[in-house]
Amino acid sequence: MTLIRVDQISKRFPRPDGRGEFTVLNNVSLSIRAGEVVALLGRSGSGKSTLLRIMAGLIAPSQGQVLSHDQPLRGSNRNLAMVFQSFALLPWLTVQDNVELGLAARNVSREERRERALKAIDIVGLDGFENAYPKELSGGMKQRVGFARAFVLEPEVLFMDEPFSALDVLTAENLRGEIDDLWNAGTFPSSSILIVTHNIEEAIYLADRVVILGANPGRIRGELTVNLPRPHDRNHPRFKALVDYVYTVMTNPDLAVTGEPETAPELTPTPTPAAPTTLSPFARPLPHVRVGGISGLLELMHEQGDGSLDIPLLAERLQLEVDELLPLLDAAVLLDFAEVADGDVHLTPVGRDFATTTILRSKDLFRQQVLERVPVLNSIVHTLQQKSNRSVRSDFFLEIWDDYFPSEEAERQLNTAVDWGRYAELFEFDAGQARLTLPR
Amino acid sequence: MKLLPQPEALRQSRLGWADLLVILAVLTLLGLIAHVGSEAMVSFQPPDVSPVVSLDPRNLPEYAARSSLRMFIALGCSTAFTLIYGSLAAHNRRAEKVLIPLLDILQSVPVLGFLSITVTGFIALFPGSLLGLEAASIFAIFTSQVWNMTFSFYQSLRTVPQELTEAASLYRLSRWQRFSRLELPSAAIPLLWNAMMSFGGGWFFLAASEAISVLNQSYTLPGIGSYVAAAVAARNLGALGWAVLAMAVVILLLDQLFWRPLVAWSNRFRLEQSGGGDAPSSWVFNLLRTARVPTLVGEALAPVHERLDQLLSALLGPVSEGSSEAETPGADRMFNLAAMLAVGVLLAALVHFILTTVGMAEVVSAFWMGLHTLARVVLLLAAATVIWTPIGVAIGFQPRLARLLQPLVQFLASFPANFIFPFATLFFIHSHVPIGWGSILLMALGSQWYILFNSIAGAQTIPSDLREMADDVGLRGLQRWRKLIIPGIFSAWVTGGVTASGGAWNASIVSEVVSWGGTTLKADGLGAYIAEATNQGDWPRIALGIGLMSLFVVGLNRVFWRRLYGLAERRYHL
Repeated sequence: MTLIRVDQISKRFPRPDGRGEFTVLNNVSLSIRAGEVVALLGRSGSGKSTLLRIMAGLIAPSQGQVLSHDQPLRGSNRNLAMVFQSFALLPWLTVQDNVELGLAARNVSREERRERALKAIDIVGLDGFENAYPKELSGGMKQRVGFARAFVLEPEVLFMDEPFSALDVLTAENLRGEIDDLWNAGTFPSSSILIVTHNIEEAIYLADRVVILGANPGRIRGELTVNLPRPHDRNHPRFKALVDYVYTVMTNPDLAVTGEPETAPELTPTPTPAAPTTLSPFARPLPHVRVGGISGLLELMHEQGDGSLDIPLLAERLQLEVDELLPLLDAAVLLDFAEVADGDVHLTPVGRDFATTTILRSKDLFRQQVLERVPVLNSIVHTLQQKSNRSVRSDFFLEIWDDYFPSEEAERQLNTAVDWGRYAELFEFDAGQARLTLPR
Repeated sequence: MKLLPQPEALRQSRLGWADLLVILAVLTLLGLIAHVGSEAMVSFQPPDVSPVVSLDPRNLPEYAARSSLRMFIALGCSTAFTLIYGSLAAHNRRAEKVLIPLLDILQSVPVLGFLSITVTGFIALFPGSLLGLEAASIFAIFTSQVWNMTFSFYQSLRTVPQELTEAASLYRLSRWQRFSRLELPSAAIPLLWNAMMSFGGGWFFLAASEAISVLNQSYTLPGIGSYVAAAVAARNLGALGWAVLAMAVVILLLDQLFWRPLVAWSNRFRLEQSGGGDAPSSWVFNLLRTARVPTLVGEALAPVHERLDQLLSALLGPVSEGSSEAETPGADRMFNLAAMLAVGVLLAALVHFILTTVGMAEVVSAFWMGLHTLARVVLLLAAATVIWTPIGVAIGFQPRLARLLQPLVQFLASFPANFIFPFATLFFIHSHVPIGWGSILLMALGSQWYILFNSIAGAQTIPSDLREMADDVGLRGLQRWRKLIIPGIFSAWVTGGVTASGGAWNASIVSEVVSWGGTTLKADGLGAYIAEATNQGDWPRIALGIGLMSLFVVGLNRVFWRRLYGLAERRYHL
């Protein structure tokens, strides 16, 4: 039985300056069926939170429709409850009152509210804390209140928006395990779960089905079925293969997601500045990382002897979220300092050189790689050279980026380009006058 | 304060003496309000018979009580207005477009210039009773408080965390529930602070509005402000001293009995979800929490509260879904056009009225007066900055001293400066200070504290490691000020400067014309211009004066303060 379905939806936001629109989600179709756990997995900018909110009826799609039990949805969906990343508790209400919030809105009588809330608080293991205020609780306990508030409504579908990402690693692990236990024991108050996450292991651990989203614009790249006995065993070879596969897919935005790790094509790490000639250099997003981050990563890989590492292992060792690690890898690959294949990352000869040399030489190497492989910086330098005063206001470039990205992202692109360009000593930037100038 | 037992000790007894105290206090308060309130109903026939204010200091408590009641009624009206206006502006995109600029303008209109219009209006509204004058006075206080509070509430509504709003809409809170569970609590702290500051400022307008002459007719409303006016007319220094003392006692009492408990209670509405920080404390609040009566009453009323909640929910209906709001650029354009047309017509009517009645020459001379007052405001700001910033910084750099002095500065800021005016006037007369210069001092009496207060606050925000670094690299004297202190306190100074300049413009209406007994000193300036026009009931000149002063204030804000704000945010943000 299909509980919630979105049919070919798109979401566009108007640009702030009124110059047309920007597409956040493009032609997305997805169903949530009874009895399954679905994970939406994607990097930042893939519109996964927007998709979740559209499915919840919190925001309306620009195109296509949302169906709940095959009926078009108007307003927020009555059959679901949501657990928020930041917990979204009202700090001036006690645990009990927070949990009762949704019941009060449904005009449930005081006694019944009390009773049901106590039961929900019991389920999440917070009995004894009914009269505490949120500020007295640790992060993990706050999120337990968030779960209790959702459970008490016995929603058909439970939506979770990165529910564990604001918690520290151990607390997150503990709570994730308990939620999974509840689900596996069959006592879960909802018949389906939809979870948004950027944590690959979390997605495969919790979900029966993992939907992978791509960015620019946000779209569904494909999905894979986990197909393991619950609870999913992290040491099972298939679990590991799935994790490796997802890492590979997510570090290669151009790769088709076929759904099964075994059928994954042999990846030739095509170091691709080979963007189609028709595409503006400004259309290819720069990964938002600092140069210091790249060299730190490369140095660490170099110290691992042969300069090759399993990416999931790397993530674990560095305690980095996928959202932090993947841009680093992107940058290293873009600059041809590293190659990624089959969930492993290797140093290239240039990368090894970069990781081991002196500051001055590493700047030269960086400049050389940037000029060779990052067309957008090339293009900026070229523009500056054309000017008689060898200087251009940064707004000029910002406007070009604005054509390809929403304005916040355009600004971030500019900041990253400035950071790289300054490090490579390609140009200078005066923040006060907002001007880029060629050196000397 | 140490004499009071700790809450834990008191909680053991069932109905302890804390309860007795609370019950007694409530009964006394109710009796007092009934008594004072009934006096406002006494019949009076304006303009023939006006109430007389007796200068016997024994009457002062009663006068103070009547003035306080006015202040609280105004506060109640301000709060109600704030909640409605702020909600409307925050939730309706079109209303927002009109209401917010309107608020911006209203905020800049000199309240005291309005008195003449409102007094005549309200007297006509309540013939044969003091209520008309009461209402006019309350209205003056209301207009001095309300804009700040409304802005603060609107800002809070706009900054409610998005996930909380989403939770409210997913959990299907009704419009009323969203307001009472989410919006009001999250706005409570800034609203309360703003109300407290505005209340302090309100005393100034209370004092100015209790005794006023409009259309060559003087009106008196029994209260502490009219007591001061009567003392000035009778050249009675002793009575003036008593009035200052009574005012100080009232401010302190209200702070201890009303504002502090509220601030302590509102601490629960902090949005940061972590504990820590100094919770403000209040012995009255502790007493209330210790007593069991409030809890018992609360429990007894719970079913009523529940009913009320459901009733209001049903009455106000569900939250209209934001997603269903269609984007209709055409209708928007029509709306904008209509709004602009309305503004244009109003402006044209005003210009026409002024030109046909007083003529262009009068506009020019009034503008010239405005330049005089502008010069005074600028001089005042410069002098206050030179004098008070070093003192404020010195205080702010010593946390113990700051904790000690901050309540004092707050007290001075809320003490109505016009209580001190007579003393200053006397001084001007005796030492032959021309009022043109003297009025700067008078205007400064009320507004300088904002500069001091914000300098202290600004200095406190400069991180101590930056100060240690400055010591370490040997920054001293002027260099230390240029590199560390001035950039560090800049944003705080801008905040203080805006408030002080707004206050000074308003104060000019009562500062540029002062009197002692039969002697009246009058300076050249827009404030004196408005005061005179008010006195004579010269409507066109009143309109011209108020309009010009509003223009000056708005212009100054746009051209000067807004840019400084921008600079402070861009460059000097710590």
